[in-house]
Amino acid sequence: MKVLVPIKRVVDYNVKIRVKADQTGIDLANVKMSMNPFDEIAVEEAVRLKEKGAATEIVAISIGPQECQETIRTALAMGADRGILVKAAHDVEPLAVAKILAAIAKAESPQLVILGKQAIDDDSNQTGQMLAALLGWPQGTFASKVVLEGGKAEVTREVDGGLQTVKLNLPAIVTTDLRLNEPRYASLPNIMKAKKKPIDQKEPGDYGVDAAPRLKVLKVTEPPKRKAGVKVKTVQELVDKLKNEAGVI
Amino acid sequence: MSVLLVAEHDNKTLKEATAKAATAALKIGSPVDILVAGSGAKAVADAAAKIAGIGKVLLADDAQYANQLAEPMAALILELAGKYDAIVTSASASGKNYMPRVAATLDVPQISEIVSVDGPDTFTRPIYAGNAMMQVQAPGGAKKVITVRTTAFKAAEMTGSASVETIGAAKNPGISEFVKEELSKSERPELASAKIVISGGRGMQSGENFHLLDKIADRLKAAVGASRAAVDAGFVPNEYQVGQTGKVVAPELYIAVGISGAIQHLAGMKDSKVIVAINKDEEAPIFQVADYGLVADLFKAIPELDEELKKQGYG
Ligand SMILES: Cc1cc2nc3c(=O)[nH]c(=O)nc-3n(C[C@H](O)[C@H](O)[C@H](O)COP(=O)(O)OP(=O)(O)OC[C@H]3O[C@@H](n4cnc5c(N)ncnc54)[C@H](O)[C@@H]3O)c2cc1C
Ligand SMILES: Nc1ncnc2c1ncn2[C@@H]1O[C@H](COP(=O)(O)O)[C@@H](O)[C@H]1O
Repeated sequence: MKVLVPIKRVVDYNVKIRVKADQTGIDLANVKMSMNPFDEIAVEEAVRLKEKGAATEIVAISIGPQECQETIRTALAMGADRGILVKAAHDVEPLAVAKILAAIAKAESPQLVILGKQAIDDDSNQTGQMLAALLGWPQGTFASKVVLEGGKAEVTREVDGGLQTVKLNLPAIVTTDLRLNEPRYASLPNIMKAKKKPIDQKEPGDYGVDAAPRLKVLKVTEPPKRKAGVKVKTVQELVDKLKNEAGVI
Repeated sequence: MSVLLVAEHDNKTLKEATAKAATAALKIGSPVDILVAGSGAKAVADAAAKIAGIGKVLLADDAQYANQLAEPMAALILELAGKYDAIVTSASASGKNYMPRVAATLDVPQISEIVSVDGPDTFTRPIYAGNAMMQVQAPGGAKKVITVRTTAFKAAEMTGSASVETIGAAKNPGISEFVKEELSKSERPELASAKIVISGGRGMQSGENFHLLDKIADRLKAAVGASRAAVDAGFVPNEYQVGQTGKVVAPELYIAVGISGAIQHLAGMKDSKVIVAINKDEEAPIFQVADYGLVADLFKAIPELDEELKKQGYG
C-alpha cells in the first residue's frame, strides 16, 4: 500500500512574523522556514504505518519554491522513500494544491493520502478536504487516531464537543491533528541516507494545472494591538477591578 | 445576491454560532436561506426560522445527516448550490470539515474564517495565527464559499418568523460511515459561546488540579478551557483547547491561569473583551495582552479568588 504525504514549507512556528510596511504581505527575508508542524505529524504517521508493515512506500510531495527540496529531504530523513517537488514561484492556493495532488494521486494510486489539518501560515484548513472532493474519496479530518482494518480506515477525529469516529472506504484522505502522534527527530545516519533518495522535479503544468491565484489579495495589515494593562497586587484588588472598573463579573 | 447559510446544531438545538454567521451572511447579500440538515431536527429548523431578516429555512431531515459527516453534507449542499451566489457556514469543526468539499467541487476557492465583510466580494481573514490580517477579493462571477469566524460577529436578533420548507435528502455517496461519538457532558456553558472563560495551562500540573478552576467557573457561570500543553499532557480533553488550532473564543472575560501566552494560544483568545492573567513569572508574554495581571502562584491565588468571590456573593 502506497501512502502520499503532502508537506508544506512554512515560516517556523517560533518566528514572530512582520507585516511588510507596504501592506503587500509578510516579510520573509532571513526568516527561518520549517516543515508545517501538522505535516511532520503526517510523515510520522506514514512512517509508523510502514514500520507496522501496513504501508510499503511513502512519497513526500511539496509544492512551492526550489527550497522545498530541503523540506522534502527532512521527510526522507524521517523515513519517506522518495519525493516529488512541484515548483512554483508564488504562493499556491489550496484549490490549486489540491488539483496538483489529485493529478499525482491518479498517477500513483495510493490507498491513503495523509495531510496536515492546517498550514500554520495561511491557516486555511482546506486542502485535504478539497483533495478528497476532487478524487471522490472519503475524508477523516483532524485525526487523533487512525486504524487500518479490513480494507477500511477507522479514524478518530477531534471535533468541537469531543471525539468522533468514522469508518472510511479506501482509498481515503486523512488530515492530522496535534494528538495523532509525536514526530521523531531524524537520526544522523538517516539524514545521510536521505541524501541519496530520489526527488522528482515537476511543474504545475506537467499536471495540467493552472496554479495562478484566484483570490486577489488587496492588503495585508497588522491586527489591532491591545492596550497595555495593569498589574494588580492582590486577588481582592483583581475582583474589585473586574466588578467595578471593567464590569464583567 | 442570494446566500445559503448552513446551520450548526446537534439535532436538538440551534447553535448560537448560526445566528452570528447569519449576521455575516446578511452583509454579503440577500435573501439568506438557511439549510438545516439533520435527523429529527424539526426543532432546530423552527429555531432557525426565528433569525431576523432571513428568507426561508430548508429542512433536510434524514438519518444520514445525524452526525454531519462531510461526504453526505457536501452532496446535499451541492444539490442546492445552483440557486445561490454564496454559501456560508460557521467555522466550526463541522463547517471546516464539509465546506472545502463544496468549494472544490464547484471549482472555487474557499475563503476561510472571515472576520469582516468589507464589500459583497471583499473579506478580511486572519493569517499566521492572527498576527496578520489579509483582505481578499473573491473572483468576479464565481460562487463564493465562505466560513465565518463567529466570534467576530454579533448574533442576529431572534425576532423573525420565516417559513420552513422540507426538502428531500441527496444521494449519500456511501463511502463513509459513522461509528461513534464521545462527547463530553457538562452543565457549564459551551466554550464557544460562554461570556466568561477560565483556562488552565501547563502550570496546573495535573488534571486533578483543574478542579480549582471548576470551582471558579461554577461561581462565575464560566466555561473552562486550556492551552495545548495542558491538553497534550492529558490534564483535560482535546475539546478544551483554545488557540490557533483549537477553539477561538472572545468572551467578555478570559482568565488565563498558568499559561505562558505563546502566539498559538493568543490566537484563540486575544479578541476577548477583558483578559486576566495569573502567572508566577512576571516576564510571561501573556501579561502583554492582559488588562489585569496578577503575578502569583496559582495554587495560592486561585483558592483565594474562590474565597473572595464567595465572600462577595458569587455562586
Ligand atoms: C502547530 C502548533 C499548533 C499549536 N496550537 C496551539 C493552540 O491551539 N493552543 C495553544 O494553547 N497552544 C498551541 N500550540 C502550543 C504553543 O506553542 C505552546 O507550546 C503552548 O500554548 C504552551 O502552553 P502553556 O502556556 O500551558 O505552557 P508553558 O508555555 O509551559 O507555560 C506554563 C506557564 O505556567 C506558569 N506557571 C507554572 N507554574 C505556575 C504556578 N504554580 N503558578 C502560576 N503560574 C505558573 C509558568 O510561569 C509558565 O508561564 C501550538 C503549537 C504548534 C507547534
Ligand atoms: N504547497 C503545498 N505543498 C504541499 N502540501 C501542501 C501545500 N499546501 C498545503 N499542503 C497540505 O495541505 C495541508 C493543509 O493546508 P491548508 O489547507 O493550506 O491549511 C498542509 O498541512 C499540507 O499537508
